Amino acid sequence: MKRDVLDRLRAARRERRSVALVTELGTGVQRLAEAGAGRTRVEPAGNDEVFTHVFQPTPRLILVGAVHIAQKLVPIARLAGFAVDVVDPRIAFATTERFPDVGLAHDWPDKAVAALSPDSATAVVTLTHDPKLDDPGLIVALRSRAFYVGALGSRKTHGRRIERLTAEGFDDAALARIRAPVGLPIGAISPGEIAVSIMADIIAVRHGRALQAAAA
Amino acid sequence: MVAPDENDDVLRVLDHAAEWLDDGQAVALATVVQTWGSSPRPVGSQMAIAGDGRFEGSVSGGCVEGAVVEAGQEAMADGKSRLLTFGVSDSDAWAVGLACGGTVRIYVEPVTSA
Repeated sequence: MKRDVLDRLRAARRERRSVALVTELGTGVQRLAEAGAGRTRVEPAGNDEVFTHVFQPTPRLILVGAVHIAQKLVPIARLAGFAVDVVDPRIAFATTERFPDVGLAHDWPDKAVAALSPDSATAVVTLTHDPKLDDPGLIVALRSRAFYVGALGSRKTHGRRIERLTAEGFDDAALARIRAPVGLPIGAISPGEIAVSIMADIIAVRHGRALQAAAA
Repeated sequence: MVAPDENDDVLRVLDHAAEWLDDGQAVALATVVQTWGSSPRPVGSQMAIAGDGRFEGSVSGGCVEGAVVEAGQEAMADGKSRLLTFGVSDSDAWAVGLACGGTVRIYVEPVTSA
């Protein structure tokens, strides 16, 4: 690998761009290409083999609510390789002191989440317990391609949430995307335990191994 | 948004390769290109190797890293890339293998500063 190729790979990674590194395994001839829809693979090519290494950006987690659970969730998500953004218009909650090393957005959650443009590698979780803040974030998330949309709160709370979002025009299929009560049912009680249960569920859904259907 | 550079294992490996080159070290890069059966790290997993023996990242659960570091140093020495295959039945060839019974092919290439 030439230094130039290495540096372009690093830049693509930092800028969250997909890129494919194509290598002829016999000759070592190498080039960077558009990632396309293909996966990382080896294919025969004449007498040689071609290795196409697709570099996809790291997954992202957007948290609505700079609350205690978010403080516990941020390091766990980062450990699992997620880039994390925390959204909370309450300046006193979303401080760099409470949330070092993450992106902080102080706009109202609908505007803030939309500005972060959640894609199919993004998970969005609302944690405020306040419909005034959670719902706008959820609405933007449900209209995006986010692979995971979760909402903290009890079944009862979620029932009322479903009523409000139905009134906003979402149908049952759209609302079934919401993982709520968010997190795997492992009896989590403390903020740290709840954070673990949420992260485990995000990972399971990301890899198509959801252990629990979204609660009705 | 802040990218979790130090938690992005992919970037971490590539950054180490660049840093070592900047320090005047020879560098090789190992990449899992194919796997069969159960294997500890998926296709695309990488490990950077420095001339002084340091390495970053992993291409198995620790089963074959030693042999891959050695192959990396050979690649730095002769400037050629090589393709290694490790399997549980490969113990004659490499005296290391995957305890999990899988097979992996690993591409080891020198990283050149030019």
